[in-house]
Amino acid sequence: MSEPSLSMDKPALIRALQRVLPERLIIHEDEALRPYECDGLSAYRQVPLLVVLPENSEQVQQVMQCCHQRGVPVVARGAATGLSGGALPLADGVLMSLAKLNKILDIDPLNRTARVQPGVRNLAISQAVEAQGLYYAPDPSSQIACTIGGNVAENSGGVHCLKYGLTVHNVLELKVVTASGELVVFGAAALDAPGYDLLALMIGSEGMLGIVVEVLVKLLPTPQRAQVLLAAFDDVSKAANAVGDVIAAGVIPAGLEMMDGMAIRAAEDFVHAGYPVDAEAMLLCELDGANDEVSAQLAKVRQQLLDSGATEVRTAKNEEERALFWKGRKSAFPAVGRISPDYYCMDGTVPRKRLAEVLLETSRLSEHFQLPVANVFHAGDGNLHPLILYDANKPGELKRAEDLGAAILELCVKVGGTITGEHGVGHEKIHQMCVQFSAAELTQFHAVKHAFDPLGLLNPGKAIPQPRRCSEYKSLGSETLTPPSARGV
Amino acid sequence: MGVSIANHDSSAALVQTIAEAAEKGRALQMTGSGSKAFYGRQATGDPIEVSPHCGVINYEPRELVIKVRAGTPMSQLEALLASEGQMLPFEPPHFGPNATLGGTIASGLSGPRRPYAGSARDFVLGTTLINGLGQRLRFGGEVMKNVAGYDLSRLMVGAMGTLGLLLDVSMKVLPLPEIECTLVQELSEAKAILLMNQLAGMALPLSAASYDGLKLYLRLSGSEPGVTAARSQLGGDLLEEDNAFWQKIREHQHSFFNTDKPLWRLSIAPAAPPLALPGKQLIDWGGAQRWLISDQIPAATVQQAAEAQGGHAQLFRGGDRLGVVNQPLSADLMLIHQQLKQAFDPKGILNPGRLYPEF
Ligand SMILES: Cc1cc2nc3c(=O)[nH]c(=O)nc-3n(C[C@H](O)[C@H](O)[C@H](O)COP(=O)(O)OP(=O)(O)OC[C@H]3O[C@@H](n4cnc5c(N)ncnc54)[C@H](O)[C@@H]3O)c2cc1C
Ligand SMILES: Cc1cc2nc3c(=O)[nH]c(=O)nc-3n(C[C@H](O)[C@H](O)[C@H](O)COP(=O)(O)OP(=O)(O)OC[C@H]3O[C@@H](n4cnc5c(N)ncnc54)[C@H](O)[C@@H]3O)c2cc1C
Repeated sequence: MSEPSLSMDKPALIRALQRVLPERLIIHEDEALRPYECDGLSAYRQVPLLVVLPENSEQVQQVMQCCHQRGVPVVARGAATGLSGGALPLADGVLMSLAKLNKILDIDPLNRTARVQPGVRNLAISQAVEAQGLYYAPDPSSQIACTIGGNVAENSGGVHCLKYGLTVHNVLELKVVTASGELVVFGAAALDAPGYDLLALMIGSEGMLGIVVEVLVKLLPTPQRAQVLLAAFDDVSKAANAVGDVIAAGVIPAGLEMMDGMAIRAAEDFVHAGYPVDAEAMLLCELDGANDEVSAQLAKVRQQLLDSGATEVRTAKNEEERALFWKGRKSAFPAVGRISPDYYCMDGTVPRKRLAEVLLETSRLSEHFQLPVANVFHAGDGNLHPLILYDANKPGELKRAEDLGAAILELCVKVGGTITGEHGVGHEKIHQMCVQFSAAELTQFHAVKHAFDPLGLLNPGKAIPQPRRCSEYKSLGSETLTPPSARGV
Repeated sequence: MGVSIANHDSSAALVQTIAEAAEKGRALQMTGSGSKAFYGRQATGDPIEVSPHCGVINYEPRELVIKVRAGTPMSQLEALLASEGQMLPFEPPHFGPNATLGGTIASGLSGPRRPYAGSARDFVLGTTLINGLGQRLRFGGEVMKNVAGYDLSRLMVGAMGTLGLLLDVSMKVLPLPEIECTLVQELSEAKAILLMNQLAGMALPLSAASYDGLKLYLRLSGSEPGVTAARSQLGGDLLEEDNAFWQKIREHQHSFFNTDKPLWRLSIAPAAPPLALPGKQLIDWGGAQRWLISDQIPAATVQQAAEAQGGHAQLFRGGDRLGVVNQPLSADLMLIHQQLKQAFDPKGILNPGRLYPEF
């Protein structure tokens, strides 16, 4: 990680910030900075130069202007649940936490929108509008903690995005502070806005194009009824193929999630959801809509799952059991965390029809690198989350986990998929971007970044590699990292 | 598949044309087949035809994804999807029998289903494009979720070809609804707007809501039991020939649109109350899209009225196509637009002036 540059005069920067922020909103002492050194991907750590905690958008603007004048880089941070090192600080940069901008500003039931600050937690929005019979659809498993600002930066999904879309489909307007400290509005309270679709461009831009200071989200009516089916399989491939079968039957489930044997047993030990611990794989399939509609679809999907080889299909007996089934799924990452000192979560997406083959190849790679892999993921979208189990205290294991992860991501690209479905490139997958994009495409990304942030001050070094670094990575030979078994796919 | 679609790859020639034009700094004007020539501002430059670059590159109904060359006619594309029981959920207007997919995506237009199903950009998963330097670039992909790099394929939607020529587009498709029906009720404008928005906040299979000045039209789409349940809950009269009705709204063939006067489109917050503007109005998108036919009204008046309701106005058809067509951008936003244009098309050769006079 970068050393503080010599030109960086920390005391002068602190004095300048003290002119625009109250003392208590600036953290600059070493011990106090520690908690900010990483996000959810704790294998990478870096203590920032200092941390600021603005309380309103004017302060965000003033901090940005101050940093812009001095050429100081700024990294935004929400709740730091990100899994790609997106909010990893810079040694010579300011880390801006948006945690104090945490107010729900307005709820408009008739227009079905909520205007919120970026530090508002994802789940808090749905809780605030529950009484109106509305909810905010994207529900990442981290929704208790993660912020809407982080969701916007990563275009986060959740278990319900198969039917209701990602963050990009559920946000109407953003207020954004640019690198130079201007306040701009992308999108509108209407369904579109004049000119280029800057709203779509901003969503998923990983804090590289601007700081989000306000979000107008779209709210949906709570379905009349939601019901979940649990299907057990004695074979991972059968479960993977059943995913496509359900969708081919003309049903778009509200959620369609898969867990393999290791994930099932870890989750069951953790939350006692009543999962089938002898199964090799399990699908959770949620159906929602009008009462009769759900009944008809339940019958159809149950039959389809049995036809696809399920050994058992269960319907949640009541609302408590439905919640419990989902709780097991949503706590699967921490559950796996209990059975291994460390785990490393990957995030590739592949065409649904390639799921079985990619899971099989992943288990071969797991053997080759001699590290166990548990799978728990958004199967309906083809979005895999292989969890690589390792022990950072054993010499070489982190490196081996990284190499295994890289091999899995390159496998995803090879079968027509992508290196990241929802967690972002961040610091972590910067090399794999070279596998997915040509030098001209990367240059185009940099040109877009330049259009918003000519000095390159917002989250520099993340998400988009320099084409030059790619040729180094490629000449090093990612081939050498990939075992022969993965190449033929 | 029972639908045959011509298949021709002319991307090499398109790349060459743009690369040469970039070298000479010669402006180009892209046409699919010109069905939306009325729309937006008039561009300048030598014509470059995209329609020969056509055909389906990949379609697997089970994957709910289709990848199509930009010159493919919309009518053929939609027939192919229908033959597999699927559709483009944003119900794009064609505005002409030969409308191409490229023109549809570049214009970013969506039909009556838009507020409930999503817009053209919502269903775009990836694109291959040629930027203003003649470089062929691929962004996004054919998978449902993809956050590798900036979302440059969605940025192309509605950019009117000013950032790149689209070679092909991958889109998410959905199953056709099992059944659809339309309910009609006579109501005042204020009550119609209120009702459309109240219903949209309830768990109902709503797929279109329009008001023609006299009657409210509500379309329900989905599974048989879902639609049946909603129908008995809502009441109202069943509209005969409802497919034809929505087709006319979508294609501007409804008698409301039969005029030579300027047609304004106001895109505003859906629950905004009736707008007191001279002329006649038709409401679509559950209140979020208000069509206004008015010949004397100054542009600024329409724009202010839209802005006051959280939106913007656009001179959709007629009027002065070289004047103010799209709502002016703030200075900061205009700067970002110009810099983005610079990032994709530094020589300014792609459809110059089509979106705004400044670039
Ligand atoms: C157990 C667990 C489960 C998870 N499950 C899911 C899941 O199901 N689906 C999913 O999509 N993700 C999931 N994640 C990943 C993570 O929760 C999401 O990426 C989330 O959106 C990050 O939000 P955050 O507030 O924690 O952002 P952070 O981690 O703080 O930041 C993430 C990125 O956003 C930028 N950023 C933050 N705030 C702003 C702002 N206001 N303006 C501009 N940029 C900003 C940061 O610079 C950084 O690049 C999971 C993570 C964990 C730990
Ligand atoms: C005055 C007139 C009369 C016509 N009469 C008839 C008739 O009687 N019968 C008949 O069959 N047809 C007729 N047509 C043609 C027909 O309407 C069009 O051929 C057709 O519908 C195709 O247009 P389009 O949808 O592709 O959009 P276009 O209008 O071609 O394009 C819309 C916008 O998208 C841009 N664009 C188009 N393709 C791309 C791309 N690949 N990448 C990036 N940007 C792109 C364009 O530059 C433009 O800004 C007529 C056309 C005109 C103009």
